[in-house]
Amino acid sequence: MIATVDLTTSIEARLGEAVLATQPTADGVPTVWVAPDRLKETLRLLKEAPEQPYVMLHDLWAIDERDRQHRDGQPPADFTVVYELASPDLGSDLRVKVPLKGHAPSLDTITDLWPSANWYEREAWDLLGIRFIGHPHLRRILMPPWWEGHPLRKEHPARATEMGRFEMPEATQAALSERLAFRPEEWGMERAGEDFDYLFLNFGPHHPGTHGVLRVALQLDGQEIMDLVPDIGYHHRGAEKMAERQTWHTYIPYTDRVDYLGGALNNLPYVMAVEHLAGIEVPERAQVIRIMLCELYRINSHLVFLGTFAQDIGMMSPVFYLFNDRERVLDIAEAITGARMHPGWFRIGGIAQDLPEGWEEMVQGFLSYLPSRLEEYESALLANRIFRARTRGVGAITAREAIEWGATGPLLRACGVAWDLRKQRPYAGYERFDFEVPTGANGDCYDRVVVHVEEMRQSLRIVEQCLRDMPEGAYKADHPLATPPRRERTMQDIETLIHHFLSVSWGTVIPPGEASVCVEATKGHNRYHLISDGNTAPYRVRIRTPSFAHLQLLPRLSRGAMIPDLAAILGSIDYVLADVDR
Amino acid sequence: MTRLGAMLAKVNAAALLPELLIVLGVLIGALTLAGGLTFVERRLLALWQDRRGPNRVGPFGLLQVVADTIKLFTKEDWVPPFADKPVFVVAPAIIIVSTLMSFAVIPLAPGIVVADLNVGLLFFLGMSSLAVYSITLGGWSANSKYALLGALRAAGQMVSYEVFMGLSLMGVVAMAGSFNLGAIVQAQRHVWFCIPQCVGLVVFLIAGLAETRRIPFDLPEAEGELVAGFHTEYSGMKFGMFFLGEYVGVALISALTVVLFFGGWSGPILPPIAWFLGKTAVLIGLFILVRAALPRLRYDQLMRLGWKVLLPLSLANVAVTGAVILALGR
Repeated sequence: MIATVDLTTSIEARLGEAVLATQPTADGVPTVWVAPDRLKETLRLLKEAPEQPYVMLHDLWAIDERDRQHRDGQPPADFTVVYELASPDLGSDLRVKVPLKGHAPSLDTITDLWPSANWYEREAWDLLGIRFIGHPHLRRILMPPWWEGHPLRKEHPARATEMGRFEMPEATQAALSERLAFRPEEWGMERAGEDFDYLFLNFGPHHPGTHGVLRVALQLDGQEIMDLVPDIGYHHRGAEKMAERQTWHTYIPYTDRVDYLGGALNNLPYVMAVEHLAGIEVPERAQVIRIMLCELYRINSHLVFLGTFAQDIGMMSPVFYLFNDRERVLDIAEAITGARMHPGWFRIGGIAQDLPEGWEEMVQGFLSYLPSRLEEYESALLANRIFRARTRGVGAITAREAIEWGATGPLLRACGVAWDLRKQRPYAGYERFDFEVPTGANGDCYDRVVVHVEEMRQSLRIVEQCLRDMPEGAYKADHPLATPPRRERTMQDIETLIHHFLSVSWGTVIPPGEASVCVEATKGHNRYHLISDGNTAPYRVRIRTPSFAHLQLLPRLSRGAMIPDLAAILGSIDYVLADVDR
Repeated sequence: MTRLGAMLAKVNAAALLPELLIVLGVLIGALTLAGGLTFVERRLLALWQDRRGPNRVGPFGLLQVVADTIKLFTKEDWVPPFADKPVFVVAPAIIIVSTLMSFAVIPLAPGIVVADLNVGLLFFLGMSSLAVYSITLGGWSANSKYALLGALRAAGQMVSYEVFMGLSLMGVVAMAGSFNLGAIVQAQRHVWFCIPQCVGLVVFLIAGLAETRRIPFDLPEAEGELVAGFHTEYSGMKFGMFFLGEYVGVALISALTVVLFFGGWSGPILPPIAWFLGKTAVLIGLFILVRAALPRLRYDQLMRLGWKVLLPLSLANVAVTGAVILALGR
């Protein structure tokens, strides 16, 4: 905490009078408040500083502050826009907050500073109604274009039963469908060249190559892609809104469904952020079990990536082999957690249950099974000449540009940047493990595949160390806010029984404050930022997902490529649409 | 009618009967084989892909073909309102007709051939050119963007690979001294052409894969990119004809490879027809194995492979074969 104070002071010194206030947070990330009119110059200063520049816009989101009770020391605001800055070279992130007043707040765009701000600002406009002046295409991104209101505002209903009866007569349906039609002019695209017309192709939302409900409007010259516009939001379920009416404990299963290939790995940043707010220390055994599960799910996700990527470039068989392998991971997950894709197994303060009998044999069996299979895939896929011809130099991006666009995870590591939070900022006990951070060099589809395969090997190493050195001890903290309390502690006397009853029926009350935890998820940085207003439910939950940032790169990666390359690029980005739309 | 009756009376009925049997036998045989192939391919792929494949309908799933046929015939036969209807309806028939016609010139065993044409090979090449129309017109008439892109790719790909297909066979023709397929089999008494014409064989097999639009050359369909390519808008039995046409094509190219490069029906002990069918089955298996193993090429890579690798190779093959034949003074 002392280090944080130092950092905050040094940032304050750098920014001078632009800083309205500083805010202590439970996660230790330096947080400064900046006046709206000084925002842009402040961010520019931070980005282009000769020393310790914050080169990446990690996240941009907003808070509806109007119902919040506990805002001690924060400047008055109806809405707050939050800029999360990061840099691969720096040990700490920086959070810049801007207070906004009124019901139709507006703010200068920063799309000219970071191209990645584009989608984030559209999201903040869509969900909270914050107008960004100077944004090139400020229109809804997750909600349909005809939506009324801004869903994440507090007055917007969260339940269907709070809204009017839903009706869609045919005439309305036709009118709404008409509004979904792609109009190139709206995106600054030409309909025709000098003596020819471009072909506009609707790629999705129902298309075998898009890995889910994603729509990409392509501007084609023959088979060459001139430009494209990704249209997302078809998988939007309002995970952030749902958090506001779930208890801290019952929200855990919702996090599973964000990156549905990441399983328990999704629970980790959420429960860790709650533990920061509540001040819970997680026992060692629980930490190692969590890490083992996380790494198994990372392997699970990467196996699916490899199989479906091969499918995307027209290879028929690998997906079956890799799904068979994945089945073995899921069998272990099932034996330990009782579920396969969505275990919802981490708890505030630990995990749901201790490991079952015989887990060592299962994990050991998998550890001795997968390495030889990986070698086989390397010779069947990576060494195949057609595979190389289809992936090398396709969808390439430089490290510098990838950082500008907010890319993290394997996508960034394929460009040669060894940025892995497990290594740079060990969390949840990763510091005790020995592993390497594989990187690529060219940042193309091929390197992304290589990095994924190598990461599976490293994850196997971590799992092996978990198996070898599994500590003894409790699987859940004995903290009053750990939810639910361990069984032995509920059946003793009336006090513990009532405590259990309250935390299950009403929900645990987490002390007011703000905390965020960012983890190295399967696809990149996944951050949960929680705001507690001293209630049984979060006041605001922000989920920063890697897929959202990565999919925004699609036009940049695909311009000038051919349609088959688009399939390869989509596959190599390794996104999950639930992770994009939340 | 009376004139036709008189003509028929002149024909020796006894001599006609075996001919008719052969015609019917080849027709039914080819169609059954193609139908059966849909099942065999799925089971073989399943075997190689660590899964079970269709095994529920009948013993070992053998009746799957029947179930599929019933399904295809009873599905809604939808013609999109935006399609060019006559062309849309005719297109699938062209591929079946043209590939089945090619079977007419293939000698299954000594004396068992529907039409013993002295230009048999040219007839096959002509028919396979016609098959392009089916794909191109089918994709064009559907009037949908995906189908159009698939059709464009098909036209480019099949027209290009036809060139190398024809050229790759010229070495065989030069060595046999005939376009008649029966004569070509006879010419392989001493040594199968797969040895002296190994280059021709490889080019022919690659061109054959491209002609039948199978992985790694399934660009016109390319389900990950173009949904289903040229037959995106087809359903019911019209789709079934494209589907079947692909398998008749696979059987045809395999049978032709056997005739041209692997000595046709020749082989010891077993009856000739068994040798012919056995060799064809192995080649069909090879086609399926290739599908299980390889990724798909990109359009520009496909064209580069064709014009920059296969064309010079087959031209060199023709030149060298010709030179050797001249030098040996045949």
